[in-house]
Order: sequence, then C-alpha cells, then structure tokens
Amino acid sequence: MPSEALLQVEGLTSHYGPIQALHGISLEVHPGELVAMVGANGAGKTTLLHTISNVHKASGGRVVFDGREITRSAPHKIVRSGICHIPEGRQVFAPLSVEDNLLLGGFTQRQDKAWMAEEMARIYALFPILQEKRRQAAGTLSGGQQQMLAMGRALLGRPKLLLLDEPSMGLAPLLVAEIFRVVRELNEQGVTILLVEQNAKAALGIADRGYVLETGRVVLTADADTLLADEAVQKAYLGH
Amino acid sequence: MKRLSGLFLLAAAIVLLPILFPDNYFVTVVGVTAGLNAILAVSLNLLMGYAGQISLGHAAFFGLGAYSSAILTARYDWNPWPALLLGLAFTGVIAYVVARPILRLKGHYLAMATLGLGIIVHIFIVQLGWLTGGPDGLGGIPTLSLFGWAVDSDQRWYIVIGTLLVVVVWLALNIIDSRSGRALRALHGSEVAAEMMGINTAATKTGVFVLAALIAAVAGSVFAHQQAFVSPDSFSFFFSIELVTMVVLGGMASTYGAVLGALILTFLPELLVVFEDYEVMIFGGILMGMMIFLPQGLFVGLGDLLRKLRRQATPTPRKPAPQEPASHKPTPQKPAPQKEEKRHGVA
Repeated sequence: MPSEALLQVEGLTSHYGPIQALHGISLEVHPGELVAMVGANGAGKTTLLHTISNVHKASGGRVVFDGREITRSAPHKIVRSGICHIPEGRQVFAPLSVEDNLLLGGFTQRQDKAWMAEEMARIYALFPILQEKRRQAAGTLSGGQQQMLAMGRALLGRPKLLLLDEPSMGLAPLLVAEIFRVVRELNEQGVTILLVEQNAKAALGIADRGYVLETGRVVLTADADTLLADEAVQKAYLGH
Repeated sequence: MKRLSGLFLLAAAIVLLPILFPDNYFVTVVGVTAGLNAILAVSLNLLMGYAGQISLGHAAFFGLGAYSSAILTARYDWNPWPALLLGLAFTGVIAYVVARPILRLKGHYLAMATLGLGIIVHIFIVQLGWLTGGPDGLGGIPTLSLFGWAVDSDQRWYIVIGTLLVVVVWLALNIIDSRSGRALRALHGSEVAAEMMGINTAATKTGVFVLAALIAAVAGSVFAHQQAFVSPDSFSFFFSIELVTMVVLGGMASTYGAVLGALILTFLPELLVVFEDYEVMIFGGILMGMMIFLPQGLFVGLGDLLRKLRRQATPTPRKPAPQEPASHKPTPQKPAPQKEEKRHGVA
C-alpha cells in the first residue's frame, strides 16, 4: 500500500515568520480515497493545504504527488499536475459571472474544448442553480451557491486530487448536509479527495479514513469509523 | 454581439463627426489628441482596470515610443516604419525587464515603483540632451506616409488616429473576453485564488504590462510624427496622473469607460482655457470626487443613475395593486409581506 499513494506528505513543516505552524506532518492519500483531516480552529488544517499547494512555502519535509516531488513547484504547475484546491471561504471571483468562474476553473484544460463543454453540462446538472444564475456575478450568490460554484470550478480543472478546505464554513446545517452529499458523490465518481474540516462528525461520516490534527501535529489516524467511535475524539470534537 | 455593437457605434461616431462638423477645430485638432489619449487610457485600463495593477508611470512608455521614433527619424533619417518597429522592440524589452521585479509589488508599493519608473524615464529624456534635445525638445520629425499617402493634414491624422483607436478598442475587447482576459480579471480579485486555478500570475501580469506598454509606445510614435516635435513636458509625471484620472473617471474595468474618460479630460481643458494653470488641481479634484461619489466611474455610474431615474420617472410599474382579490397563497414574488406576517407572528 505505501508505494502507490497518490499524495504522500512526509515530515512537512511550515512557518509564519518565527512561528511554526506545522510540526512535521506525514500523511497519505490513495487513489479513490476520501480522507478527512479534522481538528480545531488553528490546528493548522488550512496551512497544511496551502503548503501542499505551495501558496505557502514549506520550510521542511516533502510532498510527493503522483510519483513526483512537488514541494517546491510553482502553484500553477501543481494545479496543472492535477491537484485542485478549493480554498477556505470559497474565494469565487466575485465580480465575474458564474460562467466565467467555471471557465477559469478549466483554465488548464484549454486544449480540450469538447471535454469542457461536456463537463460544464455535467456540472450544471449537478448544480442546476448554477446554470440558472450563470450570467450573474458570482458575488451575488449565497454562501451555499458559492460553495457549489467553487466545487464546480475545481472539477473543471480535471483534478486527480481535490483539496477541500472547510466546505461547511458559514453554511446552514441543511446546506452542509447537501454539500457533504455532493462531496461523497464526487468521490464515488472516482475523484480522490482530501477534506479538511472543523465539523468532524460530518467529515468523518463520509470519509474512508481520517487524521486528527492538533497544533500542527497529527495526533491520531485511523479508519473514519474507528475515529468516530474513539472516546478521545468524541470528547474533543464531537461533543459527546 | 453586444460589445461589437458598441465598437460599431464608436466607429460610426468617428466617421460621422468630421462629416457633420467639417473643419471644426474641436473635431479634427482636439479630436486627434483625444484619440491618442483614448488609446493610452484603453491600454492603461487593461493593466489597471482589469488586472488591478496600478501604474503611475504609463507616460514613460508613451515617451519611449515617441522619442524612439523622433530620434531615429529626425536625427538618423530612418524611415518612420522601421523606426516604429525598433521603438516598439525597445519599449517592449524595457517593459519586460522592469515588469518582473515591479509587479511583485502590490498596492501602494507598486504605485510608488511605477511612479519612480516614470520619473526616471523623464530624467533620462531631459538629461540626454545630445540625443533627445533635452528640455528644448526635438523637432524636424517627418510625417508618416502610408503607401505613398502622406499623412500631412489634420483631417488625415484624424483618419489615422481614429482608425488606430478603433483597432485598439477592438483588441482590448477581445483580450478581455478571452482566456487570458479571464485570467487577468481573476488575478485582480485574488492572486492566490488565481494561482489555484492554475494561472501563472507572474507571467500574466508581465504579459499585460508589456502589452499596455507596447500600445502606449505605438501611440507615442504616432504622436511624435503628428506633432513633428517632442519635448519632455508631454511625458511627465503629470501626464501619467492624467491618464490614471481618465481611467478612473470613465470607470475602471470598462474599455468604453476609458475612452469616455479620455474624451472628457481632453475636451474639458479646451473648454476651460481660462483655468489652464489650475488644470492639475482640477484633475486632482475630479479624481477625489469620483472616488467618493462615483467609484465605479462615469460609464457604469451614469448607467446606474439613468436606470434609477427611469425607475423613478415611471413610478413602480411592477404590478398594479389590484391583483387577485382573494389569493390565499402568498405568491413567491412578494417576499416582503410574507416577512411582515412572520414578524407579526413572532410578536
């Protein structure tokens, strides 16, 4: 199992100035898996994803994706190699139309117009509201719709691996359930996903495996079900 | 479709004006300057309005284009066309070399750096007297000639510059709507998010910076031939500010807005000749006023204002009050009464 990991992170460290945010993170994501990384606010979840995407520089350790080391690759090259990152807080391009946002998601796929058209249709089918509002500025969408847009946009990048940062942030519970259902569905369609969440229950509920992150360290890793049943996890994150 | 109809309107206006007002000073003389300014504003708008990279030194590239043509043709007797090409290459190389380090900066820092660039180019123009003629300027620049058709009258310059303006506007509209244009608009919002889309933001910014510089250099070269004389005053820091004012006045991220802003700021001083000494102050005032009252610019802001006025002129034509006398279900089109009901319910 270890050799065929799609994403392999080894001893990754990262700093903000003198403050160390990640203290040697190691993790693996295998093709087809949905892996959840849970942890409290400030545990370093977002920093971890940013460091994998290299929008935040790693100070040590390695990131290997698809058999190639990408620790120091430029962010846009990492995207081209097949990692799509859906950032925290969605980060849709607010003044641009929904359709332009989606087209930007397919920025790396320009050679394949037919595929793009097909994929756009598939995303509109997945999120009909996006088709309805495709000429509207993305900033006018509600939080849930923006999350759908961000996910659709990432799918157009034809990801081998999707990094999902806190998709439940600021959404009503009903919408959270809807978003997690879509995440599960995408994974079932074959997209490998690394999901970072504060909402441990919902995330572990759909994941295959999980990691628990605390102040920049992985403190626990197991199958999602095992983690959900774990007493310490229940106490710390599930409010039991 | 919509954008091309705008272009058609612009072209029609350029063609019709001299027919309606033949030999009019404002059309053929001021119009030529306005056209050049519009070309510069459109190019600066690509950089500033769409990509969000402020430049307070755009006049530098205008100057480099103008002086390249002026020096090569007036001093070294080159034919204007190869001089134009060499000037473009020269300006392009400088813009490219400067772009990488300068465009790492953001906000005020980028503004300061581009300001510095503008001032440096201006100082070079003034100080290299043996080459540029120094503060006295450089004259004797031959006129352009297109396949034997000498551009030697105001009317002919009007045709040349009007055509160039239409071409530049067309180019800008196409770029904005293209894949690279989307990349530009994306990095305006958030460079990190743009990187996450796989956009090479450094290369994209450099690209638009060089493109804007090249368009400005073409305008500079044409300007030099049209005036037959260049002096450093035309390329000073104040002109850079004026260009920024045109873009902001017309509306950032609107190509037609940039054209409108350029037209207004070219004609306004002509109409207010008395206030000549206060021109810069008036520009500053306009800039401040715009930022406070119409931050979207005239083009977008006036459009919104017109729509609002029209709505007020025809008081709420939405739905006449007598609808269905006894509708039990609240229709989804009327969310307001629903909310009120709820509030009553809670209270």
